[in-house]
Amino acid sequence: MPVDNLQYTPHIKLEFKIDEKDFFMAGESASRVKKTLQQLGLHQDIIKKIAIIIYEAAMNVSIHGSHGMLRIYIDPESILIETEDKGEGIPDIELAMQEGYSTASHEVREMGFGAGMGLPNIKHCSDELHVDSKVGVGTKLQAKVYLNKKRHAE
Amino acid sequence: MKLSEIQKVLDAEVLCSNDLLQREVFSCFACDLISEMLLYVTPNTLVITSLTNIHVVHTAHVMDAVGVVFVGGKKPDAAAIKNSEMMHIPLLTTNHLIFECCGRLFVNGLKGNKKTIDDADACR
Repeated sequence: MPVDNLQYTPHIKLEFKIDEKDFFMAGESASRVKKTLQQLGLHQDIIKKIAIIIYEAAMNVSIHGSHGMLRIYIDPESILIETEDKGEGIPDIELAMQEGYSTASHEVREMGFGAGMGLPNIKHCSDELHVDSKVGVGTKLQAKVYLNKKRHAE
Repeated sequence: MKLSEIQKVLDAEVLCSNDLLQREVFSCFACDLISEMLLYVTPNTLVITSLTNIHVVHTAHVMDAVGVVFVGGKKPDAAAIKNSEMMHIPLLTTNHLIFECCGRLFVNGLKGNKKTIDDADACR
């Protein structure tokens, strides 16, 4: 099925620059990556998980990150989504991971975000998630999705 | 249920992609949170919302939604409508509010979306 076709998938890196309050780029990058993954023949449910991670992570950068980068590394076994920003940082990562906790502005909430679901959604869709953050320096997020979870678990 | 039937049931005006109203709608999801749309909208789901920003269009596209209905007579701006047309996402607007829309569609046989992102694990 689609996942097995990926044994011939080349290593691919996609990169997007995200500026402060560039809310458009989150959806745009998720759309573009979706097209690439469709061309590679990935299952639509896997694409959906990856698109959710990209959308939420990129929104976090544009909301809290001042500016930063979104990188997607595609290889035959997994897809790694990485965001790195020079923003305010997260003082308490454990608290930020709790569903419903949010420091988003009124402007962001009016857009339909900022309900404290961003990081929980990313965690939900990831097989591995690492968040490193330093207040006043920035945040690096790495979310990995395995294309064949059963094979990875063996 | 086709989008064209939904247009009639909701007394809706079509904002773009008139030519795609023969699309079949499998289920419906109504909310005003993008993060929830990302989690619960699946292919051929109709989105009902009062949000009118570009994220609704992007989310509908990324999640393969069949179309979007804006409630309370709301309309997105021209740029969002143009983007949606390019992405082949039909947009409709109705003067009815969310509860009324959901009620009308439910009694006409359309059900809510039950699939969650966890179902994705079944494919790998």
